[in-house]
Amino acid sequence: MKRAILSYFALLAICGFAVAGTTPLYAQAQPASSTSGQQPWKQIPIPKLPAFHPVQPKRVELPNGMVVFLQEDHELPTIDGTARIRGGERSVPASKAGLTDVYGDVWRTGGTKTQTGDQLDDFLEQRAAKVETGGGGDSTSASFSCLKEDFDDVFRVFVDVLKNPEFRAEKIEISQKGLYDGISRRNDDPGQIAGREAAKLAYGVNSPYARVPEYKTVASITRQDLVEWHGKYVHPNNIILGVVGDFDSAKMEARLREAFASWPKGTPTSDSTAKPDPAAPGYYQIDKTDVNQTNIQMVALGITRKNPDYFAVSVFNEAFGGGFSSRLFGDIRSTKGLAYGVGGGIGSGWDHAGVLRIAMSTKSATTIESIQALDEEISGLAKRPIDDEEIKRAKDSILNSFVFRFDSPEKVLQEKMAYEFYGYPLDFLESFQREIEKVTKEDVARVAAKYLHRDQLSVLVVGNVAEFDKPLSSLGTVTKVDITIPAPPPGLVPEQAEHP
Amino acid sequence: MKSRSISLQTFVSCVAVSFLLGSLALAQDLASFEKRTTVKKLDNGLTIVICERPEAPVFSFFTHVDAGSVQDPMGKTGLAHMFEHMAFKGTETIGTRDYPAEKIALAKVEQAYAAYIAERDERVARDQQKLTQLEQAWKDAIAAADKFSAPYTNEFGKIVESEGGEGMNAETNLDETVYFYSFPINRLELWAYLESERFLHPVLRQFYKERNVVIEERRMRTDSNPVGRLIEQFTEEAFAAHPYHRPTIGWISDLNSFSATDAQNFFDKYYVPSNMVVTVVGDVKASEAMPIVEKYFSRIPARPKPDTATTTEPPQNSERRVVLHEQSQPFYLEGYHRPDYRSPDDQIYDAISDLMSNGRTSRLYRALVRDKQIASDSEGFTGYPGNKYPQLFAFYALPIPGHTTQEIADAIHVEIERLKKEDISDDELKMIKTRAKANLIRSLGSNEGLAQELSLYQARYDDWRELFHSVDRIEKVTKADIRRVANETFKADNRTVGIIEFAPPPGAPQGAPMPQGGGQ
Repeated sequence: MKRAILSYFALLAICGFAVAGTTPLYAQAQPASSTSGQQPWKQIPIPKLPAFHPVQPKRVELPNGMVVFLQEDHELPTIDGTARIRGGERSVPASKAGLTDVYGDVWRTGGTKTQTGDQLDDFLEQRAAKVETGGGGDSTSASFSCLKEDFDDVFRVFVDVLKNPEFRAEKIEISQKGLYDGISRRNDDPGQIAGREAAKLAYGVNSPYARVPEYKTVASITRQDLVEWHGKYVHPNNIILGVVGDFDSAKMEARLREAFASWPKGTPTSDSTAKPDPAAPGYYQIDKTDVNQTNIQMVALGITRKNPDYFAVSVFNEAFGGGFSSRLFGDIRSTKGLAYGVGGGIGSGWDHAGVLRIAMSTKSATTIESIQALDEEISGLAKRPIDDEEIKRAKDSILNSFVFRFDSPEKVLQEKMAYEFYGYPLDFLESFQREIEKVTKEDVARVAAKYLHRDQLSVLVVGNVAEFDKPLSSLGTVTKVDITIPAPPPGLVPEQAEHP
Repeated sequence: MKSRSISLQTFVSCVAVSFLLGSLALAQDLASFEKRTTVKKLDNGLTIVICERPEAPVFSFFTHVDAGSVQDPMGKTGLAHMFEHMAFKGTETIGTRDYPAEKIALAKVEQAYAAYIAERDERVARDQQKLTQLEQAWKDAIAAADKFSAPYTNEFGKIVESEGGEGMNAETNLDETVYFYSFPINRLELWAYLESERFLHPVLRQFYKERNVVIEERRMRTDSNPVGRLIEQFTEEAFAAHPYHRPTIGWISDLNSFSATDAQNFFDKYYVPSNMVVTVVGDVKASEAMPIVEKYFSRIPARPKPDTATTTEPPQNSERRVVLHEQSQPFYLEGYHRPDYRSPDDQIYDAISDLMSNGRTSRLYRALVRDKQIASDSEGFTGYPGNKYPQLFAFYALPIPGHTTQEIADAIHVEIERLKKEDISDDELKMIKTRAKANLIRSLGSNEGLAQELSLYQARYDDWRELFHSVDRIEKVTKADIRRVANETFKADNRTVGIIEFAPPPGAPQGAPMPQGGGQ
């Protein structure tokens, strides 16, 4: 009894209540306690949550520098692992944008020295197992997933992919064609346009955190580029490997030592942390004539999680725009009925500034009205700061749901791997809880005033300009953003034999 | 790597071993779930499922209501989904300053709205001045009612979130409506109060504001997305008689017409205890949790089970086509009618879907993406647009720049013909069966996933064990079954095709070339 769960269809056949993926989300500054004095739910006893000390992964550092985390989880007969490798798209020159996308595909599909990618596909799928690779902004990854009884078979493939990839040319071509298709389709959905172009405003058009692959940059990627990338980055001292599942840690450690001990250290790589170059604040417009809804995004640079303000910012985000109880959701959606998706906050990155983003979508005819409603929310923060009730609710929400950050061994493993990767103390989660508890109303007002300034935001509007309630220019100077896709180099894409 | 030297014999025996262990693991899993899972049907007809999974001090729940947009009344499409949104608006005690007074004010809103709509829809004698007055009277009534609730907007959700609720949401599809979130385990009783109260004393306040929110949802999912526009037209075309032709989100004129009274009537008819399954999975003991859950959910009064008979879709006897000319890249979709989920062939369709679509060994990937290199993605899937009633088995692909939807159609049809004429290989059949078991095992490791699956299978089969048995049925699928079902189903006369073709945006230069990926 399968239902349609494919990406294109799931979203369209099912209607939800809240927008999936809406970032961090109150209503009027009124006491939330209510109801003619009766609050029956407050009479229900809430016992103390039983003490819970989740199993912590064992951290092992091999002599060659590889860091391994072993997390036993005996609930199901499966074993999964992920190797995260330092170095990602932000270290790729702009002329080769998309390199780690192609690399992430072909690392696996291109097979190993002794097995083609297709042979690996057959071997693994017979075991309902996976070995996959992927690219990313600051790292690349190789992972495996299998039933416990197939571990030896699957782990052998994993190690072979990690150490001996072949990057066969025919698979590079398939990957490039897939990227060309993505490029050709990137202006079809207004939400995608808004997200992509807003990032360019926040980071700068040339920032590796915002730029996107083009036909030309993808076409320039060669097998040699992939081989060189692999040679430069994939070394034990650049790898954090996490394994979780139904195994004995001592035996698994021995197995991993045996597999990786002879792998020599590589030359340490430097990581590029490109400097952001945000666009000048102001209004930016993209006209799209085939839509009846406008995507509005107000952006600026956010902060990093190493910033001591991160904890107060987290509370602010929760109260202002981070969930069902937030001000933006209450005012813009529930009270004004202007949007289905609305939310936002001061974004944070692990090792570089995140994006401060306040986003919503509304019908064309309430575009300017909605921008003004968001303006009121932002400038209203000074006159109507996040109050005691909102602070309490936001902190309660974060702290009472805290257990969901470590309610499975896999989540615990992922947290620790992230701390290791970005150089955070391995007890960051515990300190996060203590720091959230300490956040005061004054802290929240301070960070709101420090980071969120209406006049420093870039306001991007993607919509059917002719149907707007007023021209965007009624609010200020408007810069039109050209999103025309640069044509492919001649001969790259075959002429169509016929067209209607 | 050494595996190249592994002989085919070793290779095959490896597979056989893995296969056997997979079966054993599954039998152990069912036995384990038998011990940990308790079902109780309350006197009011509501089914409670509790599954003990003491991995961490948390639990997840799913409330499964066996009513979806198929049950929307004629002229009121989108109503099931609209009620789902209203189930977050609180109760007689949550979200109001003074319910008795608010109740009177809400009744006045409904009277004013009915008068406004009656005038609006007056075909012959509509009086524009009167209409404006009636609209204003309706808006004034809303403003008066809002005074009781405005300070407590979203109070239901605020309680859930501040108490540590995680992942609170709900979904409506054509078949059913589901509500879900997770809580720390010390909030079990609070949850039982909140969730039962929600369906005992719902108050449909701020209805017309929320209706605007839902209309924005329609603009996002359908109106402003070319694939959304295609799928709405395609589905409408594929089902001539059965309500599966409706969009769950609703047609815009219906959204601009139905009332809070309509939503209340829908609730009264379909949200009856015998139509609901509530499943709790997590760090609970059934012996302790069941009395608490029963105490709160027993408060919902028994009501008669609704009549859910619908029109049966008649056989299709000619191909149907929907072609949209859009300023976006091409897209190809086709669907074939198949029977409902109770059909003895149900798992055969699952097997075909897996064979055609799952991963880089799948037939569509290998043919269209790897070998012909005409698509970036292609899959075949069942259960569209729902699976409770006779539905579609569908195929889609995204042609890469320079290739046409006709090339896509031809390539998909070649793969369909192969299914009809040739047996699939031993390896393929084994792969399908091994994957079905592995996928089931992997789905058992989360409270949310289990709560969803156990609710669905309990609701659909009156027995959660079918979650396991359905995999046993995949085990019995033969090569001949696949050929038979392919021949019965994938016929041109039984096909509906949906296509997006590129058309230059208005104002583009005359004679502009077709996009080869360039241009907007």
